[in-house]
Amino acid sequence: MRTKFRLSKRWLYIPLTLMAVFYLLPMYVMLATGFKRFEEIDLKTMWALPKGIAFINYIEAWTKLSPSLLNSFMMVIPAALISSALGSLNGFILAKWKFRGADVIFPLILFGMFIPYQSILIPLVQFMNALGLTGLPGLTLAHIIYGIPITTLTFRNYYASLPQELLEAAKMDGADMLGIYRYILLPISLPSFVVVLIWQFTSAWNDFLFAVVLTGNTEWPITVALNNMAGSQIIAWNVQMAGSLLAALPTLLVYIFLGRYFLRGLLAGSLKG
Amino acid sequence: MQIDKDRFLNILFISPSILAVFIFVYAFIGWSARVSFSKWKGLTADYTWNSINNYLEIFADPRFHVDIRNTLIFTGVFVIGSILLGFLLAVMLDQGLKGEGFFRSLFLFPMAISYIVTGVVWRWLMNPAMTGSRVTGFNILFQNLGLDFLANTWYNTPIWGMASIALAAIWQMSGYTMALYLAGLRSIPQELREAAQIDGANELQIYRHIMLPLLAPVTLSALIILGHMSLKVFDLIVAVAGKQLPLDVPAIYMWQVTFDGLFYGKGAAIGMILLISVAVLIIPYIRYTLKTEAQQ
Amino acid sequence: MNKKLFALLSLLAIASLALAACGAPAATEAPAEEAPTASQVEVFSWWTGGGEAAGLDAMQVVFKAANPDIEFINAAVAGGAGTNARAVLATRLQAGDPPDSWQGHAGQELIGTYVAASQIEPLNDLYESEGWLEVMPETLIPLISQDGNIYSVPVNIHRANVLWYNPGLLEANGVEVPTTMDEWFAAMDTLKAAGVQPLALGEQWTKMHLLETVLLGSLGPDAYNGLWTGETDWSSPEVTAALENYAKALTYANEDSASLSWQDAAQLVVNGDAAFNVMGDWAEGYFRELGKTPNTDYGWAATPGSGGVFQFLSDSFVLAVGAPHRDAAIAWLKTAGSKEGQEAFNPVKGSICARTDCDKSLFGEYLQSAMEDWATNTVVGSLTHGVVANDSWKTEIDTALGLFIADGNIETFQSALVAACASSGPCK
Repeated sequence: MRTKFRLSKRWLYIPLTLMAVFYLLPMYVMLATGFKRFEEIDLKTMWALPKGIAFINYIEAWTKLSPSLLNSFMMVIPAALISSALGSLNGFILAKWKFRGADVIFPLILFGMFIPYQSILIPLVQFMNALGLTGLPGLTLAHIIYGIPITTLTFRNYYASLPQELLEAAKMDGADMLGIYRYILLPISLPSFVVVLIWQFTSAWNDFLFAVVLTGNTEWPITVALNNMAGSQIIAWNVQMAGSLLAALPTLLVYIFLGRYFLRGLLAGSLKG
Repeated sequence: MQIDKDRFLNILFISPSILAVFIFVYAFIGWSARVSFSKWKGLTADYTWNSINNYLEIFADPRFHVDIRNTLIFTGVFVIGSILLGFLLAVMLDQGLKGEGFFRSLFLFPMAISYIVTGVVWRWLMNPAMTGSRVTGFNILFQNLGLDFLANTWYNTPIWGMASIALAAIWQMSGYTMALYLAGLRSIPQELREAAQIDGANELQIYRHIMLPLLAPVTLSALIILGHMSLKVFDLIVAVAGKQLPLDVPAIYMWQVTFDGLFYGKGAAIGMILLISVAVLIIPYIRYTLKTEAQQ
Repeated sequence: MNKKLFALLSLLAIASLALAACGAPAATEAPAEEAPTASQVEVFSWWTGGGEAAGLDAMQVVFKAANPDIEFINAAVAGGAGTNARAVLATRLQAGDPPDSWQGHAGQELIGTYVAASQIEPLNDLYESEGWLEVMPETLIPLISQDGNIYSVPVNIHRANVLWYNPGLLEANGVEVPTTMDEWFAAMDTLKAAGVQPLALGEQWTKMHLLETVLLGSLGPDAYNGLWTGETDWSSPEVTAALENYAKALTYANEDSASLSWQDAAQLVVNGDAAFNVMGDWAEGYFRELGKTPNTDYGWAATPGSGGVFQFLSDSFVLAVGAPHRDAAIAWLKTAGSKEGQEAFNPVKGSICARTDCDKSLFGEYLQSAMEDWATNTVVGSLTHGVVANDSWKTEIDTALGLFIADGNIETFQSALVAACASSGPCK
């Protein structure tokens, strides 16, 4: 019985390796193309290894992308932090410190996650201009606000899964709302923060639509710069792929280093419901 | 007194978010709804009342029928595919194999890259040429591996072409469902498995009869998250296939009608239809979630 | 109590927005907050990569030399990847935040879209003071004017009706370069029988590009022009015949056309994988970048049936109504229309000058032949590239074309084209 079990487990490496290959194929094509020279790019030879290592593609991509890299960080970091903090507070209030109508407010906030962003571009730009919030601050604000629904959802579900007794005990000891949040919930919220921060970091980093309409040329984040590397007519796919890899590097690193916490965070509570 | 202060405090802390969402979501939707009933065409705003004519036009449009069919195919293949694949991967990784962390990161990484980037690679991989000197991408791979029967015209296939775009989306998002299921599986108490094993259940039966029902909430959240993504899918399709009709979806139609054609009224109407479809999908979900919570 | 609560809530609202804004880096100044001065000019275009970006840079140098005090802000956004520059522009214009000057295809795309919405200013005074009326082709002026007002400054000219071919493949199969639609079909039959891919085609917009050249080749320039002025009846049997030609041409195309960009399709010809490709003359710049030699690796001719006709498109710049830096914008337009500016831009971009007095020796072999044709041929406008139809009309044609490619029904295609002309074109 036991040995049979072991054997069946080792078998699993076959499907897993096959799946790994499937996941890596597109990555291989990106990498190989990124090292090819322009004349080498041909659909027919997409699987071929590059005939030499054209690092020049990466240098070219880097010179074009580097100015906007800082913009991306300046926008993404506050956007992820602030919307996570707001989500955590909202989640706490909606799950554990309800006011009358909280159960109506929650779905209304949640619904914001689902709007097709293309259809609200015009009022968004108009509103931001009216506030004088163009450029990076405006873009950051947009990411914060459109991040609120999913961050609120994640934290609310996590906090809702915690036993009410935890709070009751603290209340007996005379803790007020902020005290409970600060000393009881916040310390055990780290896993959820990781999930939400990763999610927000990735989506703000990869966003193109808001960035392109809300920022001007000196403030463009990396996605717009990447898009601009391609002209309207001739596209140098080798440089484009090299640039794509550079642009994806920060999010890839986030996943590689925080991947395990991501899982732990999902485990901790964003799951329920 | 204490309670009163706190009641006040919680409203104080949540009101900025409520206000922001009210403006950035509901006021903008309201604006969009108003435009969808207008005759606005061209760059000058024109709020002339047009009743429901924009909607009637869209529902009568053969292009929109293609869009609905494509969205249904895409959603079906993408959601079911991601959930199945994610579940299988999670079950395999749940066995406590060596190298679990490596595989896990590998399956997660596509999520980190934007569709705009991966779309182009998928466009090459799924090149539809099947014979002759022009075969490339997956098809030539199949040919070299002696798997010719697998070669197909991918997204050039009439009607079902959309399914291959969904394949690219599955590649991107199945890591996420895997993570969800893996987390779900790990949260199931070990005692439950052991109890079942003692009762003589084999591994398969355990998953079928014990794990699967317990994972229902995970499946539900995955359904909602993937479902709303597939209704909004835009960049991926444009990156893989450009804007062409056999692979058209409502989001692309809306974009073209609004920003290429400047039919703002009609574009807003498509946006509203999308939004209503999403609402139909998620309102029961929210109600269900709140109800089950109330029962607990 | 309620009043107090309300007051507090409003206060909170303001505070929270301010707070959120402070959280973002405040180091960068928003352009909208700057006082309008003549010290800068924001120019919006979709020239971000390759020769076009290099050309814009070259023109910028000319501009800088003439206007050292004005800062040039290059607000270029590429067209690719799901979004296009014009959507960004449309959104900015809607929001009342126009750039000083922007790029647009000369013709109905500009007139139908921006003139109709009173977003751009007439430039007749500029044309007179700069003497452009004498150096720009006479046939071009009506295409960029409405009611006697000229609305844009064209910088370059591209030709749409070019048939690119692989000379080696044609010779090996004993095929002459076709000059009529029938000759073309016969040639492609021969090639097909010999196992050669006759026609290379790409994604949907390249199919619209093919459509406009087939319409031109089948109807002739006068009837083709009439399609856009309402003089040619879209429901006429001549148009039916033209659409039949188009349907026939599609049968010679590669099966994977939907997956190819125009680059991929054009590359098939120079690599000897296909015999013909119909594409604008920017393809020539691409062939050069691939290191190919004119007349050896690729040859060119007017598309079948369009000999002696130059189907053009042109990039041009406009002056925004309410431009934040009007004087600087006018200075930019003067550069864009000048001989120096155009001579700096066009050889790099791979197009010819809109002016007729540019120095020929600056250009390569193909472009020199195009300059000769531009000066002598009958000029008609391109559909795909915004000359003859406004954006709304073009979008409707595009939808009809997409449906046609899917179902192959010429009758419904034609009636959809008739309907499109009535709803967004001049047909009543």
